[in-house]
Amino acid sequence: MNTNLIPAFVRRNSFIELSARARAESLMDPGSARELVGPFDRIESPWLPMQGIAPEFDDGCIVLKGTIGGEPAVVAALEGGFQAGSMGEVSGAKMSTALDLATRDSKNGTKTAAVLLLETGGVRLQEANLGLAAIAEVMASMRALREYAPVITVTAGTVGCFGGMSLAAGLSSYIIMTREARLGLNGPEVIEQESGTEEFDSSDRALVWAINGGEQRVGMGVADELCLDDVGEIAAAVKKCVMAGLPATHRSQQVEPYRKRIASLNVTEQIDPLVLREAWNHERYSSGKGGSR
Amino acid sequence: MEQLEFDYPEANRRVSKRAHVGVAGSGDMELLMEPAEAGVAHVSILTSVNGFEKSWKAVIDRFFAHFDGAVRIEINDGGATPGSVMLRLEQAVEAIDQ
Repeated sequence: MNTNLIPAFVRRNSFIELSARARAESLMDPGSARELVGPFDRIESPWLPMQGIAPEFDDGCIVLKGTIGGEPAVVAALEGGFQAGSMGEVSGAKMSTALDLATRDSKNGTKTAAVLLLETGGVRLQEANLGLAAIAEVMASMRALREYAPVITVTAGTVGCFGGMSLAAGLSSYIIMTREARLGLNGPEVIEQESGTEEFDSSDRALVWAINGGEQRVGMGVADELCLDDVGEIAAAVKKCVMAGLPATHRSQQVEPYRKRIASLNVTEQIDPLVLREAWNHERYSSGKGGSR
Repeated sequence: MEQLEFDYPEANRRVSKRAHVGVAGSGDMELLMEPAEAGVAHVSILTSVNGFEKSWKAVIDRFFAHFDGAVRIEINDGGATPGSVMLRLEQAVEAIDQ
């Protein structure tokens, strides 16, 4: 069979269609991954059944330890299919403990990178303050690890990364996105609910992706790599970030440059996403950094 | 929220592997299938949808009419339809038979 006749997108091995566990496995060196606190350990949310909601055996957070490009790494993946990947007490503890163990190993001389696969609407509202505290812990743990080893966020879709976990994503050393992914603090539906459709029409998908989508986020310079929805391509981007080690400065440390950028915006009229992309990412483009496409 | 328990003492074939399939999302379910002692095959279901014990029993009975493995099955259900339940059960069997 002449495989050249099959369009490239048909031959692609979709990352988005994989479960969180399969996504995490696909990023690690073959045979190197072992799961920590897996579904058979049955560490479930104690709060969801009290509210008539079926829990998940792994609370929707899958932690794999192994290697990426031969380097020690831990991957923590949120399952977007379970409660929209929301962070609860258990899933949060699993993610922050994975990061803390990577920090401990890194301090002891075994530099261990962390990869977070974030498909999440943020805090799990049913777990209220415990969910909020969990996100705060994840952020503190990311902050501790990134002194020693890179913390890489991948948000591929289709849930995207919103709410408190978008703040966590902002702390990471590198952010990898696909065109299908979305990244933002308040999700479009939340903005619409709070301020009306005139402010943000969440049913206007072109608008949503023009503002929150991967192409725009990488174009603006608030994310680093834009990948096709392809396992090989995303795994290669993750490996590249692991190999690159720590960036010279983390994005979240660039307070003054971002203050200047925000101050220079003309907010008296609607800002066009393309104009914002050009205005904000000029330096990154001119220095050859930023999105790969 | 309902907890349902079913026993299948006839299922005697030893199995050696375990499987985890599915996700407890809306209209879906997740399932753990693990080896059990012969004669004590057991199904334990935690479902967020009340009042479907008869449907559950019918689906699981039908499954064990064809499957004879001594297994312990635990299900977290987010409202899977009977068809989805059977597919998840068969998916788990596929995983432990590999």
